[in-house]
Amino acid sequence: MTASLPPFQTLLDTYSADVMAVLRGAVGRDGADDCFQETFLAALRAYPNLEDARNLRGWLLTIAHRKAIDHHRAKGRKPIPVAEVTEAVEADVVSEPDHDLWAAVGALPPKQRAAVALRYGSDLPHAEIAAALGCSPEAARRSLHEGIKRLRKELA
Amino acid sequence: MKTAIDTGTKQAIARLEQRAAAEGLLDVAYAHADSPFGPLLLAQTQRGLVRVGLPNQDQGELLVDLAARVSPRVLEAPTLLDEARRELDLYFEGKLDRFDLPLDWQLSGGFRQRVLRAIARIPYGETRSYTEMATKAGNERAVRAAGTACGSNPIPLVVPCHRVLRTGGALGGYGGGLPMKQALLELEGALDGRSST
Repeated sequence: MTASLPPFQTLLDTYSADVMAVLRGAVGRDGADDCFQETFLAALRAYPNLEDARNLRGWLLTIAHRKAIDHHRAKGRKPIPVAEVTEAVEADVVSEPDHDLWAAVGALPPKQRAAVALRYGSDLPHAEIAAALGCSPEAARRSLHEGIKRLRKELA
Repeated sequence: MKTAIDTGTKQAIARLEQRAAAEGLLDVAYAHADSPFGPLLLAQTQRGLVRVGLPNQDQGELLVDLAARVSPRVLEAPTLLDEARRELDLYFEGKLDRFDLPLDWQLSGGFRQRVLRAIARIPYGETRSYTEMATKAGNERAVRAAGTACGSNPIPLVVPCHRVLRTGGALGGYGGGLPMKQALLELEGALDGRSST
C-alpha cells in the first residue's frame, strides 16, 4: 500500500465535477448518475490497493470510461418495451442547446466517443486521454481525429 | 483545487456516501461539528469513534493522518455521526454527564491505551492526577508516560483527558489549549473550591 494516498473525500471534492462531465458526455444526463455511482464505488473498492497515486484524475476517468461502456452494453442487451415501435434510434442524451452534437457524440463508436468526451467534455490533454483509454497517445489522437471527422460529416 | 460542483453532482455524492456505507466501503466516516470552543472534527470507523479533532487542530492534517494510519477510504458522511454530535451538544449544554458511544482504540497502543481506557472511566465532574493514571495503567512510576498518553489522546472530550491534573491541582497541559481545559472543568463543576492554577 502506498503511504501517500490522500483521503478519498479529496478525490470526490477535486474530481467529481470532471467525472460527471465526462459521463454526461458519454452516456447522457440520465445514465450519468448511475455510472457516477458505479465509478466511485469501484474506485473506493480498489483505492487502498492503488499503487500509483500520481495520476488520480486519469485513474478515475479510466474507470468512468469503462463504466460508460458497461452502460451502453447493458442498454444494448435490455430492450425497453414500448407501446409503439418507431424506427428512429435516439441516443440517450440531454436535451440541451447542443442536443444534436451530443446525440452525434453518443452515436460514435466507444473509443472515439470516449476520446471526444474526454477532450471536449473534460478538457483532457492527449496524454491523459491515452492514460484514461489505456492506449498510446498516438492512438488516442487517432481516435479523437476519427471521432471529430465523423461528427463533422454527421452534422454537416 | 476544488472545482465547482453542481447540484446534480452533489446529490450523486450524497447517494454515493449512503451506498458506500451500505456496502461496507466506508472505513472512516467523518463530520464537522460546532462547539462553544470552535469547530470540531469527528471521525468514526465501523467499530466506533476513532478521532475527535479540537478547534485548534488542522482538520485537513487530521484527515490525512487518518488516511495513512486507519484507511484511505475516508469520506465525509455527516448522518453517520449524528449520535456523536447529539451527545456532544448535550455535553456542552451541561445536560449530559456520560457519553454512550462505541469507541475504536486503534490509534493508541500498549501503555498509552491502558492510560486512556483508565481516563475514560473518570466520572464527570471529578479529577485525577497523572500519577493516579500511571498507577491505574499498571506502572506507578511512568508518570511522564501517562502525561504523554494524555497529550496524544485521539478521542478528547469523550475520553476526558481534561479531567487529569498535576498532583496538587495544577492544570498541567491540554491539546486544545489550557483555557479550554479550564472551561471544561468549570462546566463540569470540577474546580469548585479548588485553585485552578
